[in-house]
Amino acid sequence: MISLTSDIRTPWHRLPAGPKLLVLCLWTLALTWVGTVPAALVACGVVAALYLPGGVAFLRQGVRLLKPLWVFAVLVGGWHVVTGEVAQGAVILLRLAAAIAAANLVTLTTRLDTMLAVVERALAAFRVPETFRKRLALAVALMIRFTPVLAQKGGQLITAWRARSPRRAGWRLMVPFALTALDDAERVADAIRARGGA
Amino acid sequence: MERNITLIALFAALIAALGLVPKFDFAFGVPITAQSMGVMLAGTVLGARRGALAVLLFLGLVALGLPLLSGGRGGLGVFAGPTVGFLVGFPVAAFVTGWFAQAWAGKGGFVLPALAAILGGVIVLYVFGIVGFALVTGKSIAASTAIMAVFIPGDAIKAVLAGLITQGLRKARPGLAAA
Repeated sequence: MISLTSDIRTPWHRLPAGPKLLVLCLWTLALTWVGTVPAALVACGVVAALYLPGGVAFLRQGVRLLKPLWVFAVLVGGWHVVTGEVAQGAVILLRLAAAIAAANLVTLTTRLDTMLAVVERALAAFRVPETFRKRLALAVALMIRFTPVLAQKGGQLITAWRARSPRRAGWRLMVPFALTALDDAERVADAIRARGGA
Repeated sequence: MERNITLIALFAALIAALGLVPKFDFAFGVPITAQSMGVMLAGTVLGARRGALAVLLFLGLVALGLPLLSGGRGGLGVFAGPTVGFLVGFPVAAFVTGWFAQAWAGKGGFVLPALAAILGGVIVLYVFGIVGFALVTGKSIAASTAIMAVFIPGDAIKAVLAGLITQGLRKARPGLAAA
């Protein structure tokens, strides 16, 4: 399964994940103090500048991650134009963009296994029992392994429906789809037990 | 114990797969995403505790950078955005749905599971979603409710469908509810 980490190498890729996450928390907190349009523009400028070491292609990846927000931006922006509070609307949207783009930057420059390692270290630091940590690791591995398998089976169910009906595949497919997941879970549990248990 | 782990992990994978398989169209040809229905089903099928854990596992992997939310969204950015309230509310919604589903275990055909899904997956979820939206955007609760109310009918339909699907699953696998 392909994660969102960017192939384009930036200097931020080399930084360890823990400090990056900490800086992100502090940045998001600091943004709550941004209240004017000029300050919000400066914040966006800072984040945009952080994308530059990766080049234009990297910046474009960052922009693509922001695209799902355009509906929300139109809604909120339109609301504020209608109520006459354009400046406030601009501050809200720019602040959000600065926060989300910063978070996306961390996601783009940190690999999945590095993030998992941070989680592992945090759990060990909080003295979480080792049996729980092992089970969590197993659950994570199973989920990552089976998501593409289930997605493919879902696609096959849709194809099978289309071969048998002119109507569009609907909610009824959820029953066999969920059954696939539940039956797989029973079988995998048996397989784990056969190998000594979790 | 192994069965609990695999049920949680596989159901989390199911919720993720629902985000990756976009062509499940639902009522009246409107392409509503099925993922929130997956959260409701986690509660009705797995129960409160396992359902909530499955959703938490799913969210954990989204946070770590996998594009598993419908539309291929993922990473830490979604937790900084306007829908963060809904994301935080997902495991709570699954828990509440599961709590009611277990309390009414095996009774009521599809109506009681659907009602459980509405209580958890619509009412509780939207409380979290609206509060989250208000906090992130700085708008009032009233304004946030007005904006989010648009999506409630679609999710109410999904809750009824979740009830029907749960009824079908219970008939197909009678031993399901055993914890």
